[in-house]
Amino acid sequence: MKVFNKLLRSIGSSVLAFCSSVGRIVIFALNAILHLVRPPFYGREVLSQLMQIGFYSLPVVGLTALFTGAALALQIYSGGVRFSAESVVPSIVAIGMVRELGPVLGGLMVAGRVSSSIAAELGTMRVTEQLDALVTLSTNPMKYLVAPRVLAATIAMPILVAVGDTIGILGGYLVGTGRLGFNSNNYLQNTVDFMELEDITSGLAKAAVFGFIIALMGCYHGYNSGRGAQGVGKATINAVVSASVMILAANYVLTEAFF
Amino acid sequence: MITVQNLHKKFAANTVLNGVDVQIEKGQSMAIIGGSGTGKSVLLKCILGLETHDSGKIFINGEESSKLDKNKFLSNFGMLFQNAALFDSLSVWKNVAFRLTQGPNKIPEKQAKDIAIEKLRRVGLTPDVGDKFPAELSGGMQKRVGLARAIAANPEIIFFDEPTTGLDPIMSGVINELIREIVVEMGATAMTITHDMSSVRAIADKVIMLHNGRVQWSGDIKELEKSQNPYLNQFLKGNAEGPIEAVR
Repeated sequence: MKVFNKLLRSIGSSVLAFCSSVGRIVIFALNAILHLVRPPFYGREVLSQLMQIGFYSLPVVGLTALFTGAALALQIYSGGVRFSAESVVPSIVAIGMVRELGPVLGGLMVAGRVSSSIAAELGTMRVTEQLDALVTLSTNPMKYLVAPRVLAATIAMPILVAVGDTIGILGGYLVGTGRLGFNSNNYLQNTVDFMELEDITSGLAKAAVFGFIIALMGCYHGYNSGRGAQGVGKATINAVVSASVMILAANYVLTEAFF
Repeated sequence: MITVQNLHKKFAANTVLNGVDVQIEKGQSMAIIGGSGTGKSVLLKCILGLETHDSGKIFINGEESSKLDKNKFLSNFGMLFQNAALFDSLSVWKNVAFRLTQGPNKIPEKQAKDIAIEKLRRVGLTPDVGDKFPAELSGGMQKRVGLARAIAANPEIIFFDEPTTGLDPIMSGVINELIREIVVEMGATAMTITHDMSSVRAIADKVIMLHNGRVQWSGDIKELEKSQNPYLNQFLKGNAEGPIEAVR
């Protein structure tokens, strides 16, 4: 009986801790959104974060998409050839990249790069009292640091994913025409013919949500970082893990919504 | 003038401030001394609104701080943090001019830069330092930049959190002298947290000692050495034995 009580208590306290974390994240997110719509606005900070989050993530997103598109073409061909459906390779590579793999893999890669960097930066600012210094200089850290990062990531991710999708389709095209013997014109025609506008918009909408999640998790964990190097390290890990898990969970919810 | 009345602050079960009363007159320079973990920094953060106190009242120039507009309230303050807390991503002059380039009363960047360079000069740094980044500066230079940032908007009240920690005795002397000069020159009210008795002697008009979340001693700087208070004497002499437990 004692063991059962102990187990029940431990489950109960874990559930409570989880609920309180969710509550804190929701309040933090609402606060960030509120600061996005209330002046003063820090346009220069948003532009600088667009460069940091968007432009500097292009290589990692591009390379991920290129190899994913190439591997996808091979896998679909290998499956399709079993029932004489090799011709679906271009369309499935395109639809698969645009609807699912582009946003999800792009999101996960950017989560690794950007969430960690934001959490480490804000965590270090917390530990070295730079966040307190901002307050004493009459500047709200939520408005000056968090809101521009959240806005920049939400804008940058769809652009990154659009570029990534194009590169991914190019990867499939290179393998399709170079390795699998597809005719170049036919490959491109099939890619375009079977793609619908909704495929593209649903992928880009997912990317915007993932961008919001990535910046939010980086900011939340960095802003609430514990003391010392260990606190910052923990904040960085938590930011990447929670952003990745939330991206996968949000992906399922959004896929259901766009299904 | 700053008045703190019966201030209480707890972190979970740990009582940090247990009924602190402090009064600093306009233009006065007060040093707060006491062992580590006695609530000095928490007191300062409560006054600035960086921590929320559990009970008690804080008045700035006769107005209760919680009832003042936060931006207006903070515009009266300048603060030098223990490790300077300069923004790594901004150049030195942008750090110094930060307050001048933000908010409703911001001024053009060119004008803000001129003021920043002038303030850097005031703390003994050459204009070329303005274009460097904080990571390129020594600890002493960072403290000077922090000091320049604290005085950039000519605040009425300046807080110094352990201004000489981590500096060699000569640099400590330079910083102490600068603080004293600037406070007198600006006519500012100053509050300094320190363990360094040479800082206290150089900077303060009035001293209070915190222990166990309470003011154990307060008085004029001239009374400091004459006091028979056992807590203060142990602290001044650095004795391991006395009413203050060595292991806290």
